[in-house]
Amino acid sequence: MSSWLFFRTFFIDGQASMRTYFSIIPWIFLFIIPAITMRLWSEEKKLGTIEILMTLPVKDYDVVIGKFLGSLSFLIIMIALSFPIPILVLSLGNADLGVIVSSYLGTIFLGASYLAIGLYVSSFTKNQIISFIVAIALSFFLFILGEDIVTYFVPQTLVPVVQYLGLSKHFDSIIRGVLDTRDIIYYLSIIGLFLYLNVRSIAKWKAN
Amino acid sequence: MAAIEVKNLSKKYRDIVAIDNLNFHVDKGEVVGFLGPNGAGKTTTMKILTCYMPATSGEAKVAGHDCYENNLAVRRKIGYLPESCPLYTEMNVWEYLAFIASLHQLDYKEAKTRIKGIVYSCGLEDKIYSDIAELSKGYKQRVGLAQALINDPEILILDEPTTGLDPNQRIEIKNLIKNIGSKKTVLLSSHILPEVEATCNRVIIINKGKIVAEGSPEELESKAKNKVSLHIIAKGKETDIKSILEKVKGINAIEAKGLADKNEYAFEIFIDSDLDLRKIIMEMFGRSKSTDLLEIYKREITLEDVFTEVTKE
Repeated sequence: MSSWLFFRTFFIDGQASMRTYFSIIPWIFLFIIPAITMRLWSEEKKLGTIEILMTLPVKDYDVVIGKFLGSLSFLIIMIALSFPIPILVLSLGNADLGVIVSSYLGTIFLGASYLAIGLYVSSFTKNQIISFIVAIALSFFLFILGEDIVTYFVPQTLVPVVQYLGLSKHFDSIIRGVLDTRDIIYYLSIIGLFLYLNVRSIAKWKAN
Repeated sequence: MAAIEVKNLSKKYRDIVAIDNLNFHVDKGEVVGFLGPNGAGKTTTMKILTCYMPATSGEAKVAGHDCYENNLAVRRKIGYLPESCPLYTEMNVWEYLAFIASLHQLDYKEAKTRIKGIVYSCGLEDKIYSDIAELSKGYKQRVGLAQALINDPEILILDEPTTGLDPNQRIEIKNLIKNIGSKKTVLLSSHILPEVEATCNRVIIINKGKIVAEGSPEELESKAKNKVSLHIIAKGKETDIKSILEKVKGINAIEAKGLADKNEYAFEIFIDSDLDLRKIIMEMFGRSKSTDLLEIYKREITLEDVFTEVTKE
């Protein structure tokens, strides 16, 4: 689907760049990633398999990290399936390989953040559909936070803060080819925060 | 050393007290039945013993380790089959057992031989490559047991391992547990009392979070207040029958069971076990003209009676 959206305009633009491809990605991820994460905890709770899983000799955070890395590798395989596109783009013109590589990295970081958010949301409910919809809403909210449409309504002094908190601004700068440690630290802290909250929410669920 | 030791264990869910100051122990090699009505706190206790949830207060030690502070050590030594036997239905039996084995950190070779042995002892040889979703309830239960046995645990904790099975499957699972019980410590909860009687050395009955009775099935039965009961059906007026029974000496209690058939009334009378009143009762009915004795039989007190007695309120 992403390829189709990309190639619809690729040949018209006549530019050997994947910029448009990567700008569609966040919107596609918004639906695909909650679909990956929606059942990760919900299904365990619904079936009760969480009881066996959490009485095996593993720590709670082992399980959370395991689920996160499992879904991340699934996502990376999905992203890897788009490799024919950069190969095509590179063979058609002299696109900037560095930008493409950094964009792929940004995509993985963005996807991993969405995964951490979705996984966290999934730990709250037995119902997969609720998990799916809430994860979309929360990811969307965090993504749009840095966009102009939101910052317009925020007091001037808070604009940089809100922009920093939003997922989109960081993604934009990475796909422009600017690989800044601040953006990477930002993504890592979002992932870390939600995984931590996830461990907490699972411990709380078990105690009740 | 006790395999399971529970001291002053309590658990509250917000305001509801699930278990209240529980004290008990299970010795190595024992098979202990954990009984109680629904909502008595059996599952909660088992969840604490398996380190699934922490207790509100008190201490629980399994295999010598504290369930809260040293929970990884406890988890390595137990096998747990939760109520309703939850499994990943999209896996096949082999995949599932291999997955559980890997979480027990068994290396591949060891896991393979272990799984082979367990599949055989649980009677799953024909179903190794079947999807769990397609298995019958009885086979699922066996997979659940196999899962609990994979790390060769010292202690097995089984929450209602036989509910939802048909009588044949129940006997199979029962035998399986009996077999396991000869080598390991087992704590199992159940609603099916004759089964507990047949499999367990000792029984702990809890009600509303407290232990109400404890001992071997025989001990509990002999402790029951009214040890033997006579079941009587007689023809005639209910009041006449009752007045005859009231004349008999040595009866602890008479319980009217109502109409058994047209003009026939059933009674249950409780007496001490060293007294046999059957003959006297027959004679007394023989003298009476308005009533006829149709049926009389002695019923020994079973664990079931003990259970209803101690969990009444």
